[in-house]
Amino acid sequence: MASLVAKYGEFKEGLYAGIGIAIGYIPAALTYGLLAKSAELSLTETLSLSIFVYAGAAQYMALNLIVIGTGIFEIVLTTFILNIRHFLMSAALNEKAENEAVWKKAAYAFGITDETFSVAAMRRSSINAAYMAGLIIISYSSWGISSGLGYIVGNVLPQVVQESMGVALYAMFIGLLVPSLKTHTKAVILAATAALLNCIFIYSHTFSSGWAIIMSTLLAAVSIEAVDQMRHKGKL
Amino acid sequence: MSLSMVIIVVGMTAVTYIPRMLPFIMFKEKELPVFWQGILRNVPHATLGALIFPGILTFHENSWFGIAGAAAAFLIAFMGVNIIFTVLGSIGVLTILSML
Repeated sequence: MASLVAKYGEFKEGLYAGIGIAIGYIPAALTYGLLAKSAELSLTETLSLSIFVYAGAAQYMALNLIVIGTGIFEIVLTTFILNIRHFLMSAALNEKAENEAVWKKAAYAFGITDETFSVAAMRRSSINAAYMAGLIIISYSSWGISSGLGYIVGNVLPQVVQESMGVALYAMFIGLLVPSLKTHTKAVILAATAALLNCIFIYSHTFSSGWAIIMSTLLAAVSIEAVDQMRHKGKL
Repeated sequence: MSLSMVIIVVGMTAVTYIPRMLPFIMFKEKELPVFWQGILRNVPHATLGALIFPGILTFHENSWFGIAGAAAAFLIAFMGVNIIFTVLGSIGVLTILSML
């Protein structure tokens, strides 16, 4: 029984940690629903993408490609290229995952997005299936319900609020980063290096947005780790 | 739903889910070399940097809108409040700014 209580506590913490994501998904998913309707998708098709794929940027991209009549294979391939960044995020999360049955990890892996990854990765303690379930359920529900609302009733929010809410997920990312910036110089250097590299890659059109995130993250993480370990060994 | 749409949904689901799931079954015993563990520990902070820039400058047609939102978020977060207040506060500041 004690473990059940502990699990419930973890689940609630996950739900609570996901409120920022749920708020941030509302304007993005409303817009997605609206765009899907103008792309002449049915409500079932619109919701299917949100329910099964559950990847915002890929869903927007798919709408664009469907409208211009791109082939199925190219749509799937573009999705793969855009979403392969989650491999890196899952690998990082796996490092702080508690020892649990593999099927549980495979289940919560379904709900890993840029946003749920960021929240889970910045959690002070380790992560487990109960915490991830709470975090994912609130985020996933917001995404699915707002997609449907956007399709059926269009923009339910006043224009000014809709535009301002576009900042929500960025505000959340900043809110996740700031506590570490206060205490860890290494965190500042990592974030600033990856941010700079990502800007360079995006504005110079070196990589598409999915690859740009992978390359800027990896380059920053590897180079700074290398320098750090050389310093520890007294070679620098 | 048309057959081609079914294939698109199934295909997109597969290529999205597999990269999300693979690391959890590939690296079960956490036998990764120390250097790689260090890199993976660096990934969250680096990813956050890349997720914020340049997106914050382009989500609104006016870059200053994003910069103002980022400044508000930074200041609120720096006070050490719960992250929900950072999110709601930034939305509030931008809503007020755009009504001025």
